[in-house]
Amino acid sequence: MTDLVDIAERERLRGSLDHCVKCTICETQCPVSTVSPLFPGPKYAGPQAERYRVPDEPSVESSVDYCSGCGICSMVCPQGVKIAEINAQARDKLKRQEGIPLRDRIITRPTWLGRLGTPVAPLANFTLRFRPARILAEKALGVHRDAPVPRFAGRRFSRWAREHPSPRTGRKIVYFHNCGTEYYEPWEGEKVVAVLEHNGFEVVVPKQDCCGLPLQSSGLFDDARRVVLRLARALAEHVTDDETLIVGNATSCTLMLKREAREILVLDRDPVLKLVSERTYDICELLLELHDRGELATDFRPVHETVAYHAPCQQQGHWIGKPALELLALVPGLEVKEMNARCCGIAGTYGLKAEKYDIAMAAGRDLFGQVEASGATGVACDSETCRWQITHGTQRPSVHPIDYLYRAYGLG
Amino acid sequence: MTEALHYDAVVIGAGTAGLTAGARLAQAGAKVCVLAKGVGSTHLAPGTIDVLGYAPERVEAPARALPELISEHPDHPYVLLGPETVAEALAWFERTAAAGTLPGYSYSGSLERNQLLPTALGAVRASALVPETMAAGDQPGLGRVAILGTPALRDFHESLCADNLRAAGVQARGISVPLELERADMNALGIARHLDDPEWRATFCAQVSPLLRDEEHLGVPAMLGMRDPHAVLMDLQHRLGRWVFEIPTLPPSVPGMRLYEILRSALRAAGGRLVLGAEVVSHRRDGERVSEVVTRAAGRDLSYAAPWFVLASGGFASDAIELDSHWITHDRVLGLPLRGAPGPGDTRFVRNYLEDQPIARAGIAVDAELRADGAENVLVAGASLPGAVPWREGSGEGIALASGLRAAQVIAGRVREEAVVG
Repeated sequence: MTDLVDIAERERLRGSLDHCVKCTICETQCPVSTVSPLFPGPKYAGPQAERYRVPDEPSVESSVDYCSGCGICSMVCPQGVKIAEINAQARDKLKRQEGIPLRDRIITRPTWLGRLGTPVAPLANFTLRFRPARILAEKALGVHRDAPVPRFAGRRFSRWAREHPSPRTGRKIVYFHNCGTEYYEPWEGEKVVAVLEHNGFEVVVPKQDCCGLPLQSSGLFDDARRVVLRLARALAEHVTDDETLIVGNATSCTLMLKREAREILVLDRDPVLKLVSERTYDICELLLELHDRGELATDFRPVHETVAYHAPCQQQGHWIGKPALELLALVPGLEVKEMNARCCGIAGTYGLKAEKYDIAMAAGRDLFGQVEASGATGVACDSETCRWQITHGTQRPSVHPIDYLYRAYGLG
Repeated sequence: MTEALHYDAVVIGAGTAGLTAGARLAQAGAKVCVLAKGVGSTHLAPGTIDVLGYAPERVEAPARALPELISEHPDHPYVLLGPETVAEALAWFERTAAAGTLPGYSYSGSLERNQLLPTALGAVRASALVPETMAAGDQPGLGRVAILGTPALRDFHESLCADNLRAAGVQARGISVPLELERADMNALGIARHLDDPEWRATFCAQVSPLLRDEEHLGVPAMLGMRDPHAVLMDLQHRLGRWVFEIPTLPPSVPGMRLYEILRSALRAAGGRLVLGAEVVSHRRDGERVSEVVTRAAGRDLSYAAPWFVLASGGFASDAIELDSHWITHDRVLGLPLRGAPGPGDTRFVRNYLEDQPIARAGIAVDAELRADGAENVLVAGASLPGAVPWREGSGEGIALASGLRAAQVIAGRVREEAVVG
């Protein structure tokens, strides 16, 4: 019986390919096939190739490994075909067949890396920027020598949070801070907490680990399932009533909790994950909802700057529009330029891989050019890996949109 | 939490009709949100504004043919819209295109004379308003012409196009260039992105130039740039020393994507929101009114509440109207009553696929103000309307623009009235 339900779950995604009318709208938006002949595009690799993928038979082609998993194809499909999700599952099957490289087992585990690097941050940061070490890493592991890697902050956000008393206002928010905040940008988390508290929330920070997205996007589905379910349980423990919400600032990780783990990893029937999925908000989504209801604090001071805003692919995958754009527009004096490019190219860990780095940089070129032409001094973007890539590609500082609200509230 | 999000108006559909309604409402100061399951059909259409091309013979002047169509087909959407709204919508669109984010890219034409543009098969399409990149293909002015193809673009056959044009009396011939591309085959969009690059363009012109003869226009597949088509056109004409024009291709359609970009940027510039991936899966009613529509977002459903809704979700091709296995037609979005669907025993389909299929005239039943039957605050626009067969009539964009504009006007008028009364 369980097997049948499992099959039905899987076929729900696969079945959507019958709705494909070959209109090519997905092809027009794919950031990878536009710049590389190694990926034939979402329509070919998805609905078309899927017809040749037979259960219990080997994968017949390997180009789907070059899909970056950005998910834009599914979003723009007017017929509701789950292109990216089908391709992610095909990638998992391919990886099982071909074996997972050591590199993918390492770079998909931000928690291990963070725990290793944090205590020895100066040395780790030096090594990650030491050319001979990077060349060695490229040759030995296949991590591109020029790929943007973050700096270890040398301190952990959770340590700060443990010592930070959040005012007991009774309006509880569970904060999912993700690995980027924990090990690399703890200040982003501190700003999120400050902005939430400024709006009257009591912020609870549970002990938490990775969401499993890097594992999933490299095709390590079993590991990804274990990791995301563990996170869901850690967060759900604090969802004690009907009102409690979970808020995150890493938009790809919140998307993993909301939708990708349920769909791509076929975990839709896990009740804890379902609860967490329904309660999870992207920070900008939450704040804009508050504003739409007249509940957002609007004591903004002017910020006289021009900022370029790029909505990451994974943010757009929330299917909620671009709330950060509307929030930034509330800040007096701030001139916001909406970037109209497809993707920055990085797609989490995709652009770190030696064989994919050039593709990622080529995919981002359009965005980098727009940022440079915008006259903006800084870039706002909801995903940390995208920010690192944009800074790498434009030499301009990039921050989470919440930074601008934090400054406009005068909290800094 | 997860209460409804409130707007002055919510538009369903991001095709020409939905984006027009959304942009006009936003320009009128309304707080607007456009919801769409995916990108609209603009990416599949040629990017021209066809008002009335065939009725059923080829139409010379839509301005003269429209009143005739209106008197002969009482169920046609143009009866509700009238020639004035069509003219107003075209003027709005011309202004919007000129003010858009594609620098210098403009549309021209009028209802007084259809322009006759070559198709990829070398047939003729009659269109009222065309982008500047196509204008030189207008057949009355077309003398000798070279049609350019490239092996990379496998869906465009220059000889086929030229042969058929010749049969229609145009002195056409096909020429072909191998292009330096990173893959063996590429669609028009891929080449358009290359042509946006001035260096690549120069190389392209150097390849094409020796193949051309004196006093020959050059027709190319519609691929003259995505970001800056005006500059691409000017540069090509300058370098090649002749008029150059685009011929619409199979999807993806580059000029159609530019049309989307013009309307999308107009919506955004006026402060309207656009949410893609937001399929409307259910709705709530308050008697004769729709009070909220519910979309499937990641993780949970979201409700959008508004006093007004515009339904521009398209017809059968957009999966918005369906014919089920019991031979019953439905509006899949809001479940509104339809009009124009053949009844039991009537002919639904005729043998020839491209003939006037009776079922195709089905659409959401509306009153004279485009209000849906049974939902007084839902206005219907575009291919959701009953009574037209746009692909035969060459009327899709005219209906979409005019009904999008009218829907916005009706709502803006009501909001103003209510403000005065209130």
